[in-house]
Amino acid sequence: MTAIYMLWLRQLKRYFRSRSRIVASLGQPLLFLLALGFGFGPIFRRAGQGNYIQFLAPGVIGMTILFTAIFSGIELIWDRQFGFLKETLVAPVPRILIMIGRTLGGATVALLQGFIVVIICFVAGFRVHTFSAIPLALLFMALIALLFTALGTAIASVLQDFQGFQLVMNFLVMPIFFLSGALFPLAGLPVVLSVLATIDPLSYGVDGLRAVLSSQAHFGATVDLIVLGALSSIVLVIGARLFSRIQL
Amino acid sequence: MIEVEHLVKSFGDIHAVRDISFNVHKGEIFAFLGPNGAGKTTTIKMLTTLLRPSSGRISIDGLDPVHHQNEVRKRFGIVFQDPSTDDELTAWENMDLHGALYGVPRRVRTERIEKLLRLFELWDRRGHPLKQFSGGMKRRLEIARALLHTPRIIFLDEPTLGLDPQTRNQLWAQVRKLNEEEQVTVFLTTHYMEEAERVSQRIAIIDHGQIVAQGTPAELKAQTSAATLEEAFLALTGSTIRDEGADQFAQMRTMAKMWSRRR
Repeated sequence: MTAIYMLWLRQLKRYFRSRSRIVASLGQPLLFLLALGFGFGPIFRRAGQGNYIQFLAPGVIGMTILFTAIFSGIELIWDRQFGFLKETLVAPVPRILIMIGRTLGGATVALLQGFIVVIICFVAGFRVHTFSAIPLALLFMALIALLFTALGTAIASVLQDFQGFQLVMNFLVMPIFFLSGALFPLAGLPVVLSVLATIDPLSYGVDGLRAVLSSQAHFGATVDLIVLGALSSIVLVIGARLFSRIQL
Repeated sequence: MIEVEHLVKSFGDIHAVRDISFNVHKGEIFAFLGPNGAGKTTTIKMLTTLLRPSSGRISIDGLDPVHHQNEVRKRFGIVFQDPSTDDELTAWENMDLHGALYGVPRRVRTERIEKLLRLFELWDRRGHPLKQFSGGMKRRLEIARALLHTPRIIFLDEPTLGLDPQTRNQLWAQVRKLNEEEQVTVFLTTHYMEEAERVSQRIAIIDHGQIVAQGTPAELKAQTSAATLEEAFLALTGSTIRDEGADQFAQMRTMAKMWSRRR
């Protein structure tokens, strides 16, 4: 337990100490809210879909958590290269606990980053229907954070260095974001896109957030919750297995 | 304290360690020397539970590292060839994290961290993040950290690599002091022969995965009728230069250096 707590704390300390990183990672969601939110707002309204900011905000929150979580997981490569991983792997602690501590730490960081974006969304004009929706929204945010931190850790356990990183960004993280319905409604899409969106895990995260925060849902909050919960468990198990196989 | 019998490690066709046997006694300072690529690091990895031997027997304080991994891990401390600290955390935080991972109770942890940081003259800098530390300071911190959980054995894999003579001398003086005070067994590797001669009580020389000689520094010199340990070492291992294969770890080290410079 102490091991999990200490490794979780380490991730948080690293987060709070890199203020430039916090600020830098807020640039992208801000840009999306400004350029897309206000840029497409008029067209969205004219198409009879209502307020675009109200639609987009859950997507941007999901995006922020996705990126931060994947990066937190992939930080493992950093630790491997700068050596700290060895210190934890040679300690008399089962590897599964080390993996859990790291993943919880990374997920917490992603969640904190998500909070900041929630506040920014409020400033941009996003409004919640009922405040009772907030605990459920937090649950969805936490699940997105956990799922993608575990995914990042799993990927980083297999990658030896940064060379594969660009590949992961362009062929995994970017598609997960753009095909998730974070930016557009999932109803009435061409078949290919619709299928891709349905197998995209982030679709369920964004849809869940939208269901509880903006009362607009495609799959419905219950389906979202089940899919996210199941996927998180599966990816955590796979991640733990890959992590325990790391050879120094 | 360390018993090794007929230890073998092969990676496919490559035989990194071929049938080595040696003993390290309790409280001893033991130097494990050899040219690059001789099998030193592979042996240390097997002794410290990071690699499974292909065959042979290892006993660390009476326990087999393959079957009693965590028990063995509690009994040794290790300073790796490459840094293994978190540069964003402070000296104190690095120590504290280590103590927690090794299950050292908080009260003991606090006392012991203070004692070791004072001994290695890092106490005044305990609140500074390691990225502000020099190479020598980081090394000292790593040794202090490896001793935090009062291990019976400490493995030092080329701990003085890249340090200036002042720092090297001071570092060995501190290690010897701890060896005397806490009776910790020291297993070290180094490329500086005069260091090995001065610090260690017994030496084993490994080459091409086999132990070519072992004994006290005086015995090794007598055996080869050499005046210094360096001459004895060259007589035993020849003077051809070994090119260490650019394995993935070597590549990773290069990458790490590149990145840390860029930062």
